[in-house]
Amino acid sequence: MVDNKAQSVQKDKQYKLTHGDMISAFWRSGFLQGSWNYERVQNVGFCFQMIPAIKRLYPSDKEKTAEALKRHLTFMQTTPVMSSLIGGITMAMEEERANGADIDDATIASVKVGTMGPLAGVGDPIFWGTIRPVIASFAASLALSGSGVMGPIIFFVVWNAIRLATRWYLQKIGYDQGTNIVQNLGGGLIQKLTTGASILGMFIMGALVPRWTKINFPLVISKVKVDGKTTTTTLQQIFNQLLPGIIPLLLTFFCIWMLRRKVNAIWLIFILFGVGIFGYWIGLLG
Amino acid sequence: MSTASLIVLMLVAFLAGIDVVLDEWELAQPIVACTMVGMALGDVASGVLLGAQLQLIAIGWMNIGSAIPPDAALASIISAVLVCGPANLSIANGIAIAIPLAIAGQVLNIFVRSIVVIMAHVADGRAADGDIKGVQWIHYFDMFLQGLRIAIPTYIVTIISPKAVQAGLNAIPKVITQGLSIAGGFVVVVGFAMVINMMANNEVWPFFFAGFVLAALTQLNLIAFGILGLVIAFVYIRLSPRFNAQTTVVQNANDHDAASGSAEDDIDKALDDL
Repeated sequence: MVDNKAQSVQKDKQYKLTHGDMISAFWRSGFLQGSWNYERVQNVGFCFQMIPAIKRLYPSDKEKTAEALKRHLTFMQTTPVMSSLIGGITMAMEEERANGADIDDATIASVKVGTMGPLAGVGDPIFWGTIRPVIASFAASLALSGSGVMGPIIFFVVWNAIRLATRWYLQKIGYDQGTNIVQNLGGGLIQKLTTGASILGMFIMGALVPRWTKINFPLVISKVKVDGKTTTTTLQQIFNQLLPGIIPLLLTFFCIWMLRRKVNAIWLIFILFGVGIFGYWIGLLG
Repeated sequence: MSTASLIVLMLVAFLAGIDVVLDEWELAQPIVACTMVGMALGDVASGVLLGAQLQLIAIGWMNIGSAIPPDAALASIISAVLVCGPANLSIANGIAIAIPLAIAGQVLNIFVRSIVVIMAHVADGRAADGDIKGVQWIHYFDMFLQGLRIAIPTYIVTIISPKAVQAGLNAIPKVITQGLSIAGGFVVVVGFAMVINMMANNEVWPFFFAGFVLAALTQLNLIAFGILGLVIAFVYIRLSPRFNAQTTVVQNANDHDAASGSAEDDIDKALDDL
């Protein structure tokens, strides 16, 4: 019915994506990374996300279907959530192409290649650097303070509500705006978003370092006897007077420095485990 | 372990294996995965506590670019099986075991993702024939492999006798298990460092220190930090000359006779734009 109406109102638009196609693409976008591979990363997943549009726009045309499938099996790599925006734009372009507009493979490819990198620059700090750590550490602190299963439930519900809503609206914006959005993104917006996201992310990381790192130096530095009362001072108390969290901060800088020297994160974890065992053995850590 | 528990456990392991690669529902995040294992094995309380502590270690294990992080799925599922299941390990021991498991999972992940390169070429062949179903099945098959990557090792762990696990752990000297448990409290910094390296540049470093000092010396909770962070980011972008070069020029041209008032006008304009 929707198809008939669209055709009668606008004769030149022979092929039109339906609301159902949008929902289907939205659901499928959640499987973007299922075929993550070293060569073209999310390519099969992105093609999978585009299949409802391909089916609608090139029905019973094997040749055009094959071309469209191949078009979307090219290299793809972005923050998963951002594939909804790129998918929306690409579906709008495919729709125009199916209706005879002069949009060639190179145009579609260049829109994908041109947006996936910058969008990952926005998406990675927001989703992996801020939203997930904030919800996860909030939920973990709830769970550790004895509220039991509420912590995991809050994490799961809040994260997925944000993720699904973002995916749905990004896809909608991408489809409605089409290639216009690429020009808008070029006009400094993406830089603002990236910088804003990084500021938020760095601020949160700064807060997580002293809050979530547990390290204690019970080593006794001095014992003073005043009026029969013994006051002991541990190394930890001295650090706390200096600045609480100073050791976690220094450890973090050490890790940043090592990672920048291309030391694998796994080796760093092993080194820190070695430090923990040795520190406990000599009585420095507890 | 009853058959029903085993079936639910296998399902949880399989889904976690897929989702740790998808990074969508976050079922494989320790706080969720360990809780689900706890439910399957009838010890939710231990599952939640183990999951919450592992979550803080795994906070920076992210799929960014082509780097493959330590595997949260294998670490959470198997350590939770050992803590919540018949082996009944302590949570501290569960955490100590989780780290080597995360690395084993990472290696398995690299292996599967290499196989998927071949599958992607099979998909090219299906696409050339216009075979939509064929492309879809390859995608499902790839996810199936990722599910098995966690489900099979989990099954192997369930058939090892609990006594053998306990005997193995008791053979480890206390200085090692205790040291690992202490280190479990501060290995989080590796995760923090990974996230920071992703975002850091000279422009945004100051905000890290602002967050650090506020968190070290105040009692503000993380929601408050989230709001403060948003406010700071918003104000910075509104005021930074880098993003407002044009408006500043126009402003200066308009009121060149009132140079001192220009900064205030900028703020007024920013507020008007709201």
